[in-house]
Amino acid sequence: MDWGQILSNTVVWLISPESIAYGLAALGLAVHFGYTGLLNFGQAGFMAIGAYSYAISILSFGLPWWVGILIGIVASTVFAFILGIPTLRLRADYLAIVTIAAAEIVRLLFTTQVFDEFTNSADGLGNYHQGFRDANPIPEGTYGFGPFTFNENGWWVRIFGIALLVIAALIVWLIMRSPWGRVLKGIREDEDAVRALGKNVFSYKMQSLVIGGAFGALGGVVLALPSAVVPSVYVTSLTFFLYTILLLGGAATVFGPIVGSIVFWVIMAFLSNVLPALVNVGALPFMNTIQASTLRFILVGAALMLIVIFRPQGIFGNKKELTFVK
Amino acid sequence: MSDTTTTAAPLVVEVKDLTAGYLPGVNILNSCSLTAAKGELIGIIGPNGAGKSTLLKAIFGQVKIRGGHIMLNGDEITGLAANKLVAKGVGFVPQNNNVFPSLSIEENLQMGLYQNPKIYAERLEFVTGIFAELGKRLKQRAGSLSGGERQMVAMSRALMMDPAVLLLDEPSAGLSPVRQDEAFIRVSEINQAGVTTIMVEQNARRCLQICDRGYVLDQGRDAYEGPGRDLLNDPKVISLYLGTLGEDAA
Amino acid sequence: MSSNAIPRTGAPVKSTGLHKGEIAPGVAKVDPIIVAHGVTRTFGGLKAVDVDHVEIPRNAITALIGPNGAGKTTFFNLLTGFDKPNTGTWSFNGRSLSGVPAYKVARLGLVRTFQLTKALGLLTVLENMKLGASGQKGENFFLSLIPGLWRGQEEAFEARALDLLARFKLDAKSEDYAASLSGGQRKLLEMARALMSEPTLVMLDEPMAGVNPALTQSLLEHILDLKTQGMTVLFVEHDMQMVMHIADWVIVMAEGRVVAEGPPSTVMKDPAVIDAYLGAHIDVDLGVVTGRVKGETDPGITAEEITAEGIAEEEALEENKGKKEANK
Repeated sequence: MDWGQILSNTVVWLISPESIAYGLAALGLAVHFGYTGLLNFGQAGFMAIGAYSYAISILSFGLPWWVGILIGIVASTVFAFILGIPTLRLRADYLAIVTIAAAEIVRLLFTTQVFDEFTNSADGLGNYHQGFRDANPIPEGTYGFGPFTFNENGWWVRIFGIALLVIAALIVWLIMRSPWGRVLKGIREDEDAVRALGKNVFSYKMQSLVIGGAFGALGGVVLALPSAVVPSVYVTSLTFFLYTILLLGGAATVFGPIVGSIVFWVIMAFLSNVLPALVNVGALPFMNTIQASTLRFILVGAALMLIVIFRPQGIFGNKKELTFVK
Repeated sequence: MSDTTTTAAPLVVEVKDLTAGYLPGVNILNSCSLTAAKGELIGIIGPNGAGKSTLLKAIFGQVKIRGGHIMLNGDEITGLAANKLVAKGVGFVPQNNNVFPSLSIEENLQMGLYQNPKIYAERLEFVTGIFAELGKRLKQRAGSLSGGERQMVAMSRALMMDPAVLLLDEPSAGLSPVRQDEAFIRVSEINQAGVTTIMVEQNARRCLQICDRGYVLDQGRDAYEGPGRDLLNDPKVISLYLGTLGEDAA
Repeated sequence: MSSNAIPRTGAPVKSTGLHKGEIAPGVAKVDPIIVAHGVTRTFGGLKAVDVDHVEIPRNAITALIGPNGAGKTTFFNLLTGFDKPNTGTWSFNGRSLSGVPAYKVARLGLVRTFQLTKALGLLTVLENMKLGASGQKGENFFLSLIPGLWRGQEEAFEARALDLLARFKLDAKSEDYAASLSGGQRKLLEMARALMSEPTLVMLDEPMAGVNPALTQSLLEHILDLKTQGMTVLFVEHDMQMVMHIADWVIVMAEGRVVAEGPPSTVMKDPAVIDAYLGAHIDVDLGVVTGRVKGETDPGITAEEITAEGIAEEEALEENKGKKEANK
């Protein structure tokens, strides 16, 4: 077993676009679930909308890359309204069911042949990177050390993504310390009490849905930046990974989703390297390398259950503030 | 079933120093104690928020118990789930939502007995013996009944299991004055048929008039206890709970 | 809840002359702040509230009493927008509240507390209080991003909050999570929080229930204080002596209807009220009637007769309902 290779393959995920993108989306989910108590199980749908808005704006409408991002945010806001108006008055468990369905509808709309002209249906979209790359301030070349060696585009994606993440984290930090955030925390615990104090609870829940959804859309954009936009990525299990990340890090914290995402991807990378290697040295005789690699998803599912049962506040969370633990 | 039998009869229910509450950190019951001997009619009165309903719900396993013990016929039942308690012989009649409105009276009674359906016929006879009206309207939908009638059905349903003790949560709540008296008479009749009964009540005077022994709860504790008649005439109890209405000043 | 809790520091000054005309259920008030008419609410066949007409007098302390199950909390919920009535109209300061959502009702100056206290346990006492304030610009999302825009208000509200907390003797606990307060303290917090928005009408749902006798005294004084400050109070309570002591006006509900209203002394002697609480045959000892106790005198009525009365009343109600349905 080549531990050096395994480790170097693993640490590179500390600052991968996936870690950053999932961190953004999980931060959005922190606003929804951690701070407001909204059981949104359709965050993958928001990510899809962000990614597709970006790609379609560039490819089908010839718009600049940064306009594509703005359109992504607008589209996710519209989606949040469509989703929220009928459902935010529902009980939490109904909201969960409806949001899963909504995200699936979004994914299927992007997969169907009907909009093939814009979405390229199941094959997805690519080749939209030129605009973003043209905006790259870093001169051509390869930079970095050890496993962290990327070319100028690789670094540009990461720096841009981290910048978005930092801005998002700052926004969340600011709003949650403000009176607006206080209203959300009240709603999370008891909507009627907050109504009795003159606050329009429905409006606040909608605002939360819009903001968290916008962060989800930005996550979709960052995911799309270096590679391609394929509908089969934005499935329900993506949302469940986000919840794992969120609960691992701490649902109602700013650092939680970010650290959780990094930890998640590093562990996934580690397992995807270690497990097949173990098979190759004969330590796991009952499976082949492909199965070993898939085993990590089973482990993630088990980890999610264990976190919820034994440490629901995650790494950074405060048990005293949890509403979903009795 | 009056004062002389209390010392001789075995204890059916024994609650010792019970502490319980709904929300974490807040105890409604604070070291509350109570006993009920076989065949007794026990009344529990006290101000709202004193823990009367909570005490009953604790005996029925619907409140988290944080300290103390509950014994039923000598067996420890503290913390047992409600379905096990029904099997052991605890019958509970809640104040609200006490019948299945979409089912008929007969079906409601059958629901009371599903853990032991074999004794249906004899229990039906027992129950209609006390509540003759029910026997005539078995097919009627429970949702079409008035509050007082639903309560009759709810009490009967609890009786179908031939419980060792019957727990009643404010049987007179929401009833007209005339039906209140009717309700108290019914409770007395059930008890006189041999059922050990514990009732929480808001109408303190009526409750003490018919019970063998009474408990006055305050702040989650059993503040006073004694034979019903004694409490009825106790100046402390009168000034606190009985003397404010009907008489001119306490 | 003992009678010793009534403060002996001078009897409260009662407001009189609140009504126009003869005292009876539904009597008009000289200066009503709430007028409700024809309000009904039915739950699955049972009429929980059936109020023909009731008016709440302004700048007075009105007690809403009645046995459990009378519909008092349901009526509260209807007036404040937490529940929708089946029929009826009601107004606050002349403005109709039909269909107005609960949060708007609160903003209009009608605040309420809950029977099962809703102190937000996961927030600190001070945060609870600040949440109660109205008009905080920082509660707008965009403005919340710039602390400079709302810091000033936050500090002002904090000062007012600490002042109120001091009056309710909760200031020492301002940084504690509300979950760590006792039941009685949570009630006080809920009341203090409701006052943060400087309301016109304060509706308290059983403010004394479960509260330590030492605290009930101060609670009573706070309620009296509200009136001195120009607010109107409507509260649900069961402790009759407390009601006698501080209420200017009493409204009695039983089985969803208003059965009596008037100054406390009058209402307490009303036979309808006595019956509602104590049962119909007040002079009869049910212990004797049921044969459990040997009585000296013949009670004058038997158990069968009382039961028959109940059945007759039920049948009369059925007939009335049938007539109403037929007349629709």
